[in-house]
Amino acid sequence: MFLIPDPVVRFFHRMASPPHFYAFTERLMPWLVVIFLLLTAAGLYGGLYLAPADYQQGDSYRIIYIHVPSAWMSLFIYVVMAVSGAIGLVWRIKLAEIVAISSAPVGASFTFIALVTGSLWGKPMWGTWWVWDARLTSELILLFLYLGVIGLYGAIDDKRTASRAVAILALVGVVNIPIIHYSVEWWNTLHQGPTVTKMDKPSIHVSMLIPLLLMAVAFKFYYLIAMLQRARTELLLRERNAQWVKVMISESK
Amino acid sequence: MSLSRAFFAVIRRDLVLALRRRSEIANPLLFFILVITLFPLGIGAQPHLLQAIAPGIIWVSALLAAMLSLDSLFRSDFDDGSLEQILLSPHPTSVLVLAKIIAHWLVTGLPLLVVAPLLAVFLGMPNHALGILLLTLLLGTPVLSLIGAIGVALTVGLRRGGMILSLLVLPLYVPVLIFAGNAVQMAGSGLPVDAQINILISILLMALVLAPLPVASALKMSIN
Repeated sequence: MFLIPDPVVRFFHRMASPPHFYAFTERLMPWLVVIFLLLTAAGLYGGLYLAPADYQQGDSYRIIYIHVPSAWMSLFIYVVMAVSGAIGLVWRIKLAEIVAISSAPVGASFTFIALVTGSLWGKPMWGTWWVWDARLTSELILLFLYLGVIGLYGAIDDKRTASRAVAILALVGVVNIPIIHYSVEWWNTLHQGPTVTKMDKPSIHVSMLIPLLLMAVAFKFYYLIAMLQRARTELLLRERNAQWVKVMISESK
Repeated sequence: MSLSRAFFAVIRRDLVLALRRRSEIANPLLFFILVITLFPLGIGAQPHLLQAIAPGIIWVSALLAAMLSLDSLFRSDFDDGSLEQILLSPHPTSVLVLAKIIAHWLVTGLPLLVVAPLLAVFLGMPNHALGILLLTLLLGTPVLSLIGAIGVALTVGLRRGGMILSLLVLPLYVPVLIFAGNAVQMAGSGLPVDAQINILISILLMALVLAPLPVASALKMSIN
């Protein structure tokens, strides 16, 4: 603990308290929305208007600005879900459990979007909607893992128990993440290799790369917004008998 | 009682119980045979087609049979309370749970190995691939029991855990299916399969070491 500055520790301790979290995210939300809208506008303008057409794929490559950030988010959210689930499992922090389960539907949506946009992109480029190649298959399995998490959470009535079950399942499913990430390098398949996250220079032109990264950051903010909204609702639902919720509701009337 | 004695006592108890209720052994086996006989009826008895998809048929059927048998792993112990006794014992839960999984595999996984060559011949699989088929089943079915145990442990407390169990377990079975099916396919064409076998061995070892831990914590969660 001595490595982390005191104000940071205090911030996290206060965030673990439900009323404080609820009030803080309420104030945070407009800022997140503004940043998200600005980033998305800039990213889409750069990607759809400023960036040149691809010399091979023409304009149809522009779906990359949705496809690639969604695919990144699908992995990123799973890791966030597993890590916060583990935190909830070890330290029994209620908010970590809520963050974990609130992430699952958002992550499932991003995985679905990545699959659908990839399929739409694959039709003109590869001539087929779907191939059973390593990356597509592993992404599909990721979607099933998300659905398993959501289904298991819904099947268990006691939500504290359900959170622990979901955390265990999410941690077991983490083995799939490196498989998806490296699938295009390990197996030489139809899906192209990575072009951005390479150690040396990215093999994508800067005028295309900047909008892509803008969109990636914008999607991160969208995830924060969607996840926090879900978390706030879930928190109210779980704490509906707590004093602070009753006071808040009676004051808002 | 020492840990190793407790370990073997759990295995022996589960084996005795299974022998007294033989349907637990027979059901997955019959299911396995029935599913495989459905394929030639469903897609037509063309020898070349059957031969080409035989490894996939056998492995998918083994997967389904393994999943169907999972429910018996903790169900009766959960109902009569002996699962709580295992959790209360001074020995580490994960080790005792591993004993239960091994006993379960001996009862439901091992019989599949005995009938698989016969069914492979039915489907017209070349003889030189039979050895590899048996090897992949020997390495793969314990992984199915180990991974499946995680899913059962998570859902044993639920009244209707059956549907959700398949959603939890089948995605995690996919790597085994891919490498095992691929190995048998390659062996049928006379190609070397060392790489796939090595990967299956590593999956088995990792599952043996790692799977009992989430099973133990999931059981504690299901019981509480």
